[in-house]
Amino acid sequence: MLHPAGVLLGVALVVALTRGVLQKLVLLLGTGLAVGIVLRLVPGAYGTLAFPLGTLHVLQVDALSVVFALIFSLITCVSVLYALQSGTTSEHVATLVYASAALGVVCAGDWLTLFTCWEVMAVASGFVVWHGGTARSRAAGMRYLLVHMGGGACLLSGIMLHLAQQGSMTLHPLTAGTLPSSAAFWLILLGVGINAAIPPLHAWLPDAYPEASVTGSVFLSVFTTKTAVYVLMRLFPGAEVLVWAGSIMALYGVVYAILADDMRRLLSYHIVSQVGYMVTGVGLGTDLALNGAAAHAFCHILYKALLFMAVGAVIQATGRRTLHDGGGLGRQLPLVCGAYMVAACSISGVPLFNGFISKSMIVSAAVEAHRPFPELLLTLASVGTFLSVGLKLPTMLFGGSDRGGPAHPVPRTMELAMLVNAGLCIGLGLFPHWLYRYLPFQAPYQPYTPEHVISTLQLLLGTGLGFWWCHDRFRRAARVLLDTDWLYRQFAARLFPLLVGGARQVGVRLETWSGDVLHLLRPSLPNPWLVLRIVGWRLWSVGGSAAPASHQRPEVMYNDDRSRLPIGVTILWILVFFVVMALYGLTEEP
Amino acid sequence: MAIVLALGLEVLWPHEAHGVFWWHHVPGFAIVYGFVGCLALMAGAQWLGRTWLERDVDSHCEEPPCQ
Repeated sequence: MLHPAGVLLGVALVVALTRGVLQKLVLLLGTGLAVGIVLRLVPGAYGTLAFPLGTLHVLQVDALSVVFALIFSLITCVSVLYALQSGTTSEHVATLVYASAALGVVCAGDWLTLFTCWEVMAVASGFVVWHGGTARSRAAGMRYLLVHMGGGACLLSGIMLHLAQQGSMTLHPLTAGTLPSSAAFWLILLGVGINAAIPPLHAWLPDAYPEASVTGSVFLSVFTTKTAVYVLMRLFPGAEVLVWAGSIMALYGVVYAILADDMRRLLSYHIVSQVGYMVTGVGLGTDLALNGAAAHAFCHILYKALLFMAVGAVIQATGRRTLHDGGGLGRQLPLVCGAYMVAACSISGVPLFNGFISKSMIVSAAVEAHRPFPELLLTLASVGTFLSVGLKLPTMLFGGSDRGGPAHPVPRTMELAMLVNAGLCIGLGLFPHWLYRYLPFQAPYQPYTPEHVISTLQLLLGTGLGFWWCHDRFRRAARVLLDTDWLYRQFAARLFPLLVGGARQVGVRLETWSGDVLHLLRPSLPNPWLVLRIVGWRLWSVGGSAAPASHQRPEVMYNDDRSRLPIGVTILWILVFFVVMALYGLTEEP
Repeated sequence: MAIVLALGLEVLWPHEAHGVFWWHHVPGFAIVYGFVGCLALMAGAQWLGRTWLERDVDSHCEEPPCQ
């Protein structure tokens, strides 16, 4: 059975080698092929490899992995269409490798495969951020990589500890056994929590995502946080700490979104908020809650990608990226405005759009589990979501009078991708069973009950009234928002000169000392026996008497070619090591 | 008008009461919660912004070393 991640990796390779129309064809057909392969996946374990620490399952398929693999491959196909005209070859390759690694994570059946794909995902997404092509994107990409490498180190440490305690390479829930109080449990949760952007570990997300290119932001909004949600579902279902972490992050994100001025930063804070719903669902741990988390991840990927596509199209057409520069674009870009409003209705949970069929599932699960505070917090987060994405952003961006010059036309492929994505958002809202049949657990749910529909409409109405009453309090001003990254950026700002100054002093000392030692030993390097002669010459000199002829300072000069082994010898030994390891792995019985 | 319509729908649309918590049985609770929640979020966010979170672009150094 073909691995969908392998297919995308192959597509990335071919894309790197082709140009022009052929490259575009490969992009569309290759990502479409990945969707087809995911749809034909049959539950089971494939791609089994023997490894010294245990058996690896590179492709393990079950209902949970299928639902995530399906949406990952589907959105890759749509996003590639969006990026077809404006993306560069290297950006296409980076995004395909990123998508491939995300698929690798959700199809992994063992710790090593999971970790390897996790790290490839971090590096590839760092390259996606760097493709923003500005000084800010380079700095943000570096911070992004540092945070994710730190998270990866936590994850690896936890995995090592877990393997030392349990000895099994197979992935299994860590909340089931005696682990919850162990260091392995918390280290793995910390590593995954960083990728899930759980506050206060979330600041990398609104820092980096707005700095990527308009097409890169679409891909970034999809994979990193949702693979983390998948891993949380796989490893931590029912972990109580996640109920509170998720509820708080749902609210945290909307508070920042209300204040944000940069459009993509506003949407980035809403990723934090929406992932909060999923994290809460994982923490509740019931079948309905876990189905809700998976369904919401599916729907969230569609409408969040559409939001980034619409805002990206505005940036592409006008060059304006902040709300205080926006206004009056609804008349100039009606299709973009329409696509944005479909996504805004979806994220706000308006009935007949896809957010309604998934968000209500998690809130209902909280009610069924008799958890009043998570229900109230998540409902309040819904209010904030409609307020900032459904009312504030479109009013300031598309409504009012035009505050800038004419917009350039948006590329046709971008418009087509937005139409396809909007169709999916509405289609799933109208026919929820299209999605529900892929959900991993048996927990029947009916979203369109009179209670759900009426209470949702009332909530939206109340929010709309509140906004209408005091919408003029939103200021049009360029402001910088401080977040938890301020702590490590300030810390780094003070630590950096100390470290650099200290390292420079140590370097100067070492250079001086090593230069003296090297100067002393230089003649004897080809022949270590000469050291004794030099030492003897020094001793004679200190004694004040003339050294005998045999102890005179030697004049033999150092010669690189006579004294060092070629680097090829080192590479040969490394190759021999890997060949022996590979032979050992292949000959080991599974 | 919209409020009356929403409340009328809730009262007149025949459905079973499935409320678990007391607020599920209060007619129009969601409208009040949405309205008050909206005002509270706007006021709370703007207070947080003024007090701690927002800085002028000119007075804030973006990259370290920051002063």
